Amino acid sequence: MDFTSRIFQLAIYGIISGSVITLGAIGLSLTYGILKFANFAHGDIMSLGAFIALFFLAVFRAANLSSQPLYPLSFGLPLILAFILSMIITAVVAIIIDKILYKRLRTTGSVTLLIASVGVAFILRNFIQFVWGPQPRYYIKKIQITQRIPFLGIRIKPDEIFIILVAVCLVIFLHLFLKNTKMGKAMRATSDNMDLARVSGINTESVINWTWAIGAALAAAGGMLAGIENKFITPNFGWNMLLFIFAAVVLGGVGSPYGAILGGMVIGLSGEVSTAFIPTSYKPAIAFIIMIVMLLFKPRGLLGEK
Amino acid sequence: MDILIGILNYAVFFAITAGIFAILSLGLNIQFGYTGLFNIGVAGFYAIGAYASTLISGPPPGPMDWRTFGGFQLPWIVGLVGAALISGFIAFLIAIPTLKLKEDYLAIATIGIAEVIRLVLKNESWLTNSVWGIKNIPSPLFVPINKWIQHFLDTNPQAPSWIQSLVSNSYNWFYLGLVVLIIGLIYWTVERMIRSPWGRVLRAIREDEVAASTSGKNVFWFKMQSFVLGAMVMGMAGGLYAYYARFIDVTSFEPFFGTFLIWVMLIAGGSGNNLGAILGAFVIWGVWAGTEFLTSQWGLSGVRAASLRIMCVGVILELIIILRPRGILGEEKVVSAILKKGAK
Repeated sequence: MDFTSRIFQLAIYGIISGSVITLGAIGLSLTYGILKFANFAHGDIMSLGAFIALFFLAVFRAANLSSQPLYPLSFGLPLILAFILSMIITAVVAIIIDKILYKRLRTTGSVTLLIASVGVAFILRNFIQFVWGPQPRYYIKKIQITQRIPFLGIRIKPDEIFIILVAVCLVIFLHLFLKNTKMGKAMRATSDNMDLARVSGINTESVINWTWAIGAALAAAGGMLAGIENKFITPNFGWNMLLFIFAAVVLGGVGSPYGAILGGMVIGLSGEVSTAFIPTSYKPAIAFIIMIVMLLFKPRGLLGEK
Repeated sequence: MDILIGILNYAVFFAITAGIFAILSLGLNIQFGYTGLFNIGVAGFYAIGAYASTLISGPPPGPMDWRTFGGFQLPWIVGLVGAALISGFIAFLIAIPTLKLKEDYLAIATIGIAEVIRLVLKNESWLTNSVWGIKNIPSPLFVPINKWIQHFLDTNPQAPSWIQSLVSNSYNWFYLGLVVLIIGLIYWTVERMIRSPWGRVLRAIREDEVAASTSGKNVFWFKMQSFVLGAMVMGMAGGLYAYYARFIDVTSFEPFFGTFLIWVMLIAGGSGNNLGAILGAFVIWGVWAGTEFLTSQWGLSGVRAASLRIMCVGVILELIIILRPRGILGEEKVVSAILKKGAK
């Protein structure tokens, strides 16, 4: 494989990991914009979503639901059902955490909220580890053959095309929601200026609920797509994603869901393509450097407003 | 009697570990408690200190090692000072670009810094021996003290078993003394500094950066001093850990033990209070040890038990934040030595 097609191949991986990062980053950016605090538990919400899907997979297996793969994908109907159910459950969990914890701390300032979220991160991750154990858990046992795409000389699996398509669909749904529904407009208004939104008669509490729900559902989707790509998940996965997600949010501009999409793609692509030049193990360092440079020279991000 | 000595020996071991955590907590208190610097990368400086002291006074690379550098076998005190200096120097380099960031961005940046430090320690095997770790790190005065123990046991074979058991543990007693001495030194120094005009500037920066800078204070420079000083204290804790454990690898500095637990300790004891930082370390380490007792009672072990215990610590943190955000001791309103005298 020559150098150009190697770069193209890495770019494909970059788009796939960018899809996962984007789905995580959107939720983080929304909550950051509306609640004004950096939620360090967001990565672990991704893991939680991925593991809740695992739970439903086990339920379906017990209920003898046919797991015949849907050609050309390597997985069947149960995983798709589990995917949707997990998005809903994870959203509910995020709202419950807000009600129990963050809501009480809303007036104390971002520092306390941040510390509390680090605590939530450790609680969630260790809850997952307590229930499912530390070892990798498999979504899909079947090995899938990569398909060669002519001209570019790159290889891609049908599952990977599925991942990209799901991410694109979710992003389009989000866009339509934010642009066209009343709640979407209220969310954008609250993110711009919460006090102004409140005096305009927007129910900011319900906006906050929706923000958690959408953020967590997208994070869960991201976690599950990562599970489909890697075929397995570990409890530490979300925590390890946190740096990439934060980098994407900062790059795109805090509070801007569109910025999060752009940031997620840039971080995903630069991380994968960088492996052509530096050891793979230093991939998080690239995201970190991009983030620091951005914070220093353009702290509002590429698409940040104000 | 034997049981009592057993408990006492455990208490000594417990206090050494809690003491090392107390030093980390004191370091974080300088940065966060007094200056409001949000460092979620404590583990990074802890690890740097441990590796630095190992490089300075540890054994040279053996034939089975991947590392090719370090192990200068200098005296342990040089290693300890070196750990503080190297940790402080790296903190200085990191602080130049990051200290200008506002608080939550600094938190995000420091978590990245800790991650990069972890990656370097894991991958640069020439320096750190990578995942195989570095073993046989010499403990201070280990040989003479052990010789003395051996001599005592040889010359007093008829001594009661509890005395023998007490004497056999002499090294831990010595190390506890060393840790307590260093905690005392750091506590005394930091208290002096905080109660000086310098300390008041730090607290002013924490409360209102703009006000501090309009009063003519160079906010960046004060933050830098606080960050570097805190990192030096953390580095020293790393050195003490390495000398006591005699073996270090990357897993010794996981985010839970290296960062999260320290935060819980500081918040529990009372952020902005040095005694609170020390007390919090002992209380939370006690809770941590106590949960081990509970999980073993329930027949849990291994990763599952550890997960349950970490969840426990997490829940405690949330409860403190909600119910008693000032911590056990809380911050003193007046720290100035002069004002206090005046008040009396």
